[in-house]
Amino acid sequence: MKTIYFDYNATTPIRPEVHEEMKPWMEPGGEFGNPSSIHSVGMKARAAVEKARGQVATLLGVSDPGQIVFTSGGTEADNMAIKGAALSHREAKHIVTSSIEHHAVLNVCEYLKENFGYRVTFLPVDKGGRVDPEAVARAIEPDTLMVSVMLANNEIGTLQPIEKIGALCRDRRILFHTDAVQAVGKIPLSLDKMPVDLLSLSAHKIYGPKGIGALYIRKGTRLQSLFHGGQHEKNRRAGTENLSGIVGLGAACAAIGPEMEAEEARQRRLRDRLEKGLLDQIPSSRVNGHPTERLNNTAHLSFECVEGEGLLMLLDAAQADRPGLAVSTGSACASGSLEPSHVMQALGVGPEWIHGSVRFSLGKFNTEEDVDWALKLVPPVVARLREMSPLWQDKIKRSAVKN
Amino acid sequence: MYTPQVLDHFQNPRNVGEMADANAVGESGSAVCGDVMRIFLRIEGGVVQKASFKTFGCGAAIATSSVLTELVKGKTIDEVRKIKNTDVVAMLGGLPPIKIHCSVLAEETLKAALDDYERRTPSGTGK
Ligand SMILES: Cc1ncc(COP(=O)(O)O)c(C=O)c1O
Repeated sequence: MKTIYFDYNATTPIRPEVHEEMKPWMEPGGEFGNPSSIHSVGMKARAAVEKARGQVATLLGVSDPGQIVFTSGGTEADNMAIKGAALSHREAKHIVTSSIEHHAVLNVCEYLKENFGYRVTFLPVDKGGRVDPEAVARAIEPDTLMVSVMLANNEIGTLQPIEKIGALCRDRRILFHTDAVQAVGKIPLSLDKMPVDLLSLSAHKIYGPKGIGALYIRKGTRLQSLFHGGQHEKNRRAGTENLSGIVGLGAACAAIGPEMEAEEARQRRLRDRLEKGLLDQIPSSRVNGHPTERLNNTAHLSFECVEGEGLLMLLDAAQADRPGLAVSTGSACASGSLEPSHVMQALGVGPEWIHGSVRFSLGKFNTEEDVDWALKLVPPVVARLREMSPLWQDKIKRSAVKN
Repeated sequence: MYTPQVLDHFQNPRNVGEMADANAVGESGSAVCGDVMRIFLRIEGGVVQKASFKTFGCGAAIATSSVLTELVKGKTIDEVRKIKNTDVVAMLGGLPPIKIHCSVLAEETLKAALDDYERRTPSGTGK
């Protein structure tokens, strides 16, 4: 049976409308122009790029599409925002960010710290994963370059109070960047009215192709280019445009906007049913992240005394009579670095819970039946691993002694 | 990333469970690191008659424990003492580099079980 996909925060499948729009730009005999060319073939490509820019702007609530720059994805957008700002303001040597950012932000900050003497404040988060805006205010120093706090966390789904953080940055004339890779297409945005200077997004999280994204750069924000070459993207990012990718990103934005409200509610219902069903059936389980301020599609659970990678592998193993389930885990054993997720560590979750954490992230193509399968398949797998776990054995013995 | 042998031992682990009449029990690892291995042996006449395990850990940790219990069965104490982590890795057809520590954990757990046995039977000869 086909694997049921519960890992939409990792990436999403391309949607048919997006594929249709992209096809002419990939096919032999199709469109292929260079948007920089003056002739009609080039003009067609230029029109396609500008149409896509408009589609991205519309989804973000941006009236002037000139504030959108295409990048190779969320990672490049984050790099461009932070390093570009650093190159424009050489005197400012301090950055404020959170301890639960994606590595595309964290490692840029680490890099600037290690190689260029920047000071970086990695703000702690509360139990639900929220940054305290007051702590941001206190962290700002005379030479602070920027504040970068993500809109929605990819692991636990927690939403940050970016309106408050952005407003206090604006009061102090400090640049504010937010990595909105996980939020775009799930939460309505109106950047024209929001105190945000820079915002990163990525197409492959919203049913578009991989390798394309964008950075919103508010008009008047000084940002040096990371790539030098031709005068593409108004000198902000050299290199002949990734036409099929840009067209795909635009189409993905155009398609997700109108359905966002209905999908938000539908996925939230599925997620809540999944979460409640698992908590009810599995003793010693918990939800991580903020109880209310979080993405509608993300369920991050911990099962005590089991280890996430083992759980993931057993769930993934499809059989003749049951589908596999694709989920992800923040456990150390699955990380490739033998360190448990920095997000879980920042939440202050104990080790007995950290290793048994599993993320279900739902999306457009999940159905009620998918949730039924998860509710049926997950509890016995947890029970089986606990049966094998010496920690669970000790826990049962301890509680027997107590009673 | 895992060999078919690892997947087999992970999905169908052999000899899982506590052993009521074990006379050698070893444990290593820590919950903080995300790996705890516990092995139970029944040694009679200097030979391992039965072996079982309980493990908290990733797929490789469980597969390693399972293969270890198979490896020691019927072996003398001297033979068991000579088992190295590389023997376990070989039986699994290899482990990803980042998972080699699971086999080291298995070797440590086994040593701990033999030490436990010697503590329980100070003559070192067994029954
Ligand atoms: C929050 C966040 N930021 C950045 C990225 C990186 O985006 P991309 O994969 O497009 O480089 C991701 C996706 O992995 C993400 O979830």
